Amino acid sequence: MRRTPTAVGAATAAGVALSLSACSGQTGADDGTLVVTDTMSATSAPVYEEIYDACAADLGLDVRANHVAGSGLIATVLQQASSQTLPDVLMLDNPDVQQIASSGALSPLGDYGISGAGLPQGVLDAGTYDGALYGITPVVNSIGLFYDARALAEAGVEPPTTWDELRTAAAELTTEDRYGIAFSATNSFEGTWQFLPFLWSNGAEEDDLASPEAVEALELVDALVEDGSASASVVNWSQNDVNDQFIAGNAAMMVNGPWNMPSLEAAEGLEYASVPLPVPAAGDTLEAPLGGEAFTVPDTGNPEKMAAAGAFVDCVTAGENQLTMATGRGAVPADSAVAAEAARQNPTIATFVDTVQTARARTALLGPDWPQAATQIYTAEQLALTDTESPAEALERVAAQD
Amino acid sequence: MTTTLAAGPRGAAAPPSSPPPTRRRARRRELTAQWLFLVPAIAYVLIFFGYPIVKNLVMGFQDYSVRTFVTGEAPWVGLANYAEVVSSGIFRTTVVNTALFTLGSIAGQFVIGLLFALFFKRRFPLNNVLRSLLLLPWLLPMIAGSAVWRWILDQDGGILNETLQGIGLIDDPIRWLTSPDIALVAVILVNVWVGIPFNMTLLYSGLQNIPDELYEAGALDGATGWKAFWYITWPNLRSVVNVVLVLGVIYTLKVLDIILGLTGGGPANATQTLATDSYRRSFQEFSFGTGAAVSNVLIVVSLVFAVVYLRANRRAEEE
Repeated sequence: MRRTPTAVGAATAAGVALSLSACSGQTGADDGTLVVTDTMSATSAPVYEEIYDACAADLGLDVRANHVAGSGLIATVLQQASSQTLPDVLMLDNPDVQQIASSGALSPLGDYGISGAGLPQGVLDAGTYDGALYGITPVVNSIGLFYDARALAEAGVEPPTTWDELRTAAAELTTEDRYGIAFSATNSFEGTWQFLPFLWSNGAEEDDLASPEAVEALELVDALVEDGSASASVVNWSQNDVNDQFIAGNAAMMVNGPWNMPSLEAAEGLEYASVPLPVPAAGDTLEAPLGGEAFTVPDTGNPEKMAAAGAFVDCVTAGENQLTMATGRGAVPADSAVAAEAARQNPTIATFVDTVQTARARTALLGPDWPQAATQIYTAEQLALTDTESPAEALERVAAQD
Repeated sequence: MTTTLAAGPRGAAAPPSSPPPTRRRARRRELTAQWLFLVPAIAYVLIFFGYPIVKNLVMGFQDYSVRTFVTGEAPWVGLANYAEVVSSGIFRTTVVNTALFTLGSIAGQFVIGLLFALFFKRRFPLNNVLRSLLLLPWLLPMIAGSAVWRWILDQDGGILNETLQGIGLIDDPIRWLTSPDIALVAVILVNVWVGIPFNMTLLYSGLQNIPDELYEAGALDGATGWKAFWYITWPNLRSVVNVVLVLGVIYTLKVLDIILGLTGGGPANATQTLATDSYRRSFQEFSFGTGAAVSNVLIVVSLVFAVVYLRANRRAEEE
């Protein structure tokens, strides 16, 4: 049986937050050292630390970096905010920037002369709250359509570019022991993230989920499962599961992001390639969601250190560093010009360079209210894909629940 | 009988009204000492149990959001959080799911646990080894356990479906975790597996406490087999059964990790319980006020069962 006191989870979190407020001022070191908190994994951290060190040397600063797990970041940030021990530079997942900025924990980057010039609109939207820029995302990502080049060649199928082609291709690629396509429609924000390109490219908006455009998008995804071209298990697959299925040869195509490329490269005997996700009809613009982590400068109440942190963020997010980070992590430089250069150097990333130019920030429309809409979207997708309700009924139901 | 009757009135009329000063001082010192011994325990309970629960109750009446952590402001909203929770479409689903999950898990765990306990009461080779092995689910980290169960229950290549198809019990794979009609059953099955060792261990120790003489005497009167169970085992085990059931309910109500690991509350909220909904509201939507409101509902339900447990326990001690 279980011993963890989960029923009072919220209470414990609050309890921890408040009891820790007694020992404030421990991370905000007083010796002039800038504390940076990021969510880099063991493999990406060295790439970032090299950049941190170079910028620290340029600016004559002492910098100490903490790497924390992305999943626990918000809880840590809230605890630090309540105990006034936020780091001098904080990395946040881009859809969380507005939420945290709305709480007043961050300082506007304009104060430090950072304007975000040269960045695509989606990147700016993600970092902007109430007209002011709070976060800069140096490298971005999105999702595209990966495919097993050999399987497509054998079946004589071209990589699909429109919804109709996608449905046909997925059906043609489906065999006795392989599905045509794999994607994630899980009961979490990951499921929402993977559905957004279909929703947005068809002109639907997250504040009007019962619209005919939204219904069409859900009908397409539903049809993939209904046709038997995708496993009914997609409702339980995370993006990692999808990647595993693709590598194991259980799906000929998958919807996923460029961060999987290291594992795809490592998979023996797999010849993969990627194209941007199909759009409703030829000539339509792809609107995929924008991913990536933003650098922010928390309001620590120490103007001197905040100015230093601003200069540091400006340096870390500069063009040449974007290129280094992108190469090190399988991502796309945020700056459009630098991204074009990256696509020239590494053709496998080209798909995603195109996609992020028109990618959209999840918080662009609803700001801090995005999480509620995200919940509605994955709930509707789950209702439809499990045949609990028709796509139209499912979307109507979640839209009525405001 | 007579002594107690006599002691009452005499005690009441006795000296306490005018004790000599030295005795009073000694008495006060003794009282202080008693309190000093109690202080650590009381402080511990207040800080680690009282404060979080009171805080959670209060949060349920506040607009407690991300902003609160920065500004410290949590506006009082009265019953608005509860109104939002109860009127949301998911509330009915979570209450029904929580009830089904708890009842199903308890029934399965208890019956199987009792059967195992009765089985291991017999003496046979390797008894102790087998009994220790049965504790394994209890020792396994739940996240690891649920990851393995996800493979076992996988629709397309999971070993359970492969086996059932192999022996011809089913024709088409069962959508254990992806069909809204079946997912709750699958999650209950896994939770039963987790709970069997707990039930077995407590019931087994309860069985050990029933003296063999009772069975020997019963056997002379013709009480063997099923009759022995019904007239000797069950009545003697009753107090342990009460404790096992009530603790089981409290533990099961708050199960979170198994569900998050297996289905994340899906598909289509088919396995969403009050516990997972509270977690979702608080830590995914950062709506700590409504999350606290949901967990307050859980706390009240658990509290009711906790009172039942305490009473059952007291009765067990009296017996």
